[in-house]
Amino acid sequence: MSIENSSVVVPPALRGWVLPALILLLWWWAVASGWSTSPLLVSPGAVWDRAVQQLGSGELAVALSASLWRMAWGFAIGSGIGLAFGVLLGSSRWFDRLVGPSFHTLKQISLFAWIPMLTMWFGLGDGAKIAFVAMAAFFPVVLNTFEGIRSVPREYIEVARVCAFSPWQLLTRVIAPSAAPSVFTGIQLSLIYTWLATLGAEYLLASGKGIGNTLIDGREHFEMDLVLFGVVVIGLVGFVLNAVLGALEKRLLAWRERTVARY
Amino acid sequence: MAHAGTLAIQGLNKQYEVKGEALPVLQDISLTIEPGEFVSIVGSSGCGKSTLLRLIIGLEEGYQGEILLDGTRIKGTNLNRGIVFQEHRLFPWLNVEKNIGLGLLNSGLTEGQQRLTIREHIELVGLQGFETAYPHQLSGGMSQRVAIARALVNRPDILLLDEPFGALDAMTRAHLQQELHRIWEKEGITMILVTHDVEEAVYLGDKVVVMEPRPGRIRRTIPVPLAHPRERTSHAFTTVKDRVLREFADHGTAELAEPPLRRDEQQAAVSAWQFAI
Repeated sequence: MSIENSSVVVPPALRGWVLPALILLLWWWAVASGWSTSPLLVSPGAVWDRAVQQLGSGELAVALSASLWRMAWGFAIGSGIGLAFGVLLGSSRWFDRLVGPSFHTLKQISLFAWIPMLTMWFGLGDGAKIAFVAMAAFFPVVLNTFEGIRSVPREYIEVARVCAFSPWQLLTRVIAPSAAPSVFTGIQLSLIYTWLATLGAEYLLASGKGIGNTLIDGREHFEMDLVLFGVVVIGLVGFVLNAVLGALEKRLLAWRERTVARY
Repeated sequence: MAHAGTLAIQGLNKQYEVKGEALPVLQDISLTIEPGEFVSIVGSSGCGKSTLLRLIIGLEEGYQGEILLDGTRIKGTNLNRGIVFQEHRLFPWLNVEKNIGLGLLNSGLTEGQQRLTIREHIELVGLQGFETAYPHQLSGGMSQRVAIARALVNRPDILLLDEPFGALDAMTRAHLQQELHRIWEKEGITMILVTHDVEEAVYLGDKVVVMEPRPGRIRRTIPVPLAHPRERTSHAFTTVKDRVLREFADHGTAELAEPPLRRDEQQAAVSAWQFAI
């Protein structure tokens, strides 16, 4: 079958839904036909019932808001510090020489290796979790901000000098817009990492409420429908984050759309 | 009409450090350019003609001798000197109007005056209707017109052009040469054009300065005693053009590899702004 024909069967806009729908169908059939009787695979209907229960009782709202709250704080702290740090690292040779080597060493350490230390400093509560999430947000923002600032074309800086720009004008009118796409990539990565890290922190520092704790509860009580429901929610949040960021990028960096890197 | 500047270069020497050794780039350059004069500088690659322009605009520092604009020694960049580079160097995140407006940011003009000046210059380079277009929507020739407007918007005393049409196709180039001539006559300012296109140099220049490389020196200055508009195929035009070309032919070793200067230049420029913050 040619490509033109397949697009008649499934409109392009819906093509991404084909695979999930097929899997859902297979899942439903496996349970309904009695092909799988394992307690590890509950029916889609059971997960749906659990979703209705979690939504109705308000348990989902509590868990999800606790997770998003942690994520937001961790992201704000980590990316805020990361942005300032990246600007300094990118714009000051002196600062780069002073702290660059330490930074590049620290970033090689797996985030999870910090958990014992974080728990000793902050305990098992939200402090440690937010610190962990902030660290996950920090590194991608620093690296991409640094990269963005370092790769501002020399040609643009010369134009700024010819136009007698002050250092502030140079920063706000040349360096910031020129580095913006790269900084945005860093923030995008950082948001994705913080969501992953939020779940990691909740799972590894199992105290309090959160979507991670919902998963733990499901596992401990062997409620597979709860575990699967948690996984779906996590996936949906990730999907929404990505969609929002994509739309935001399109709006803020419209000029980049058809600008092939000429320098 | 803008004030036109007198540029006097006296005994100019410039050298770069390459691996601890001094490499002379320009040697004993002396040149006087009268107010409102159009001077073309031609030479093969590596003859230091671009470096000379970068010294005059103030992007390059550390030289011996004098570069005087109306009697004042040039130090750093200044709004009384404008430049058009070979690449248009427009900021892709700004539209035509705002790119031109960059030149006026520190002009001290009120917002209303700035808008008026920008509009005048868009008309001057013939880009009415493209005020809100972005650089990626413009052709190479149009982009270079915007760059010319950006350089002129401050009404500088002197305009420097560093191979501005080098990357354009032959038709566009010929057309923009005409346009540049019209702008020069209208604005009455001093212009210095660096090019490797001898025909362009003769078409536009009141005089043509021929440079030779390693180290960069002025070989000869050839006057162009032709009235405008100049006919490229006329006998008088080709005679002058041949005279300029002969200067190249006499100098057989001109086309050697270019010395590795750009790299050091680049590093110096980057660290200069980085310390500024």
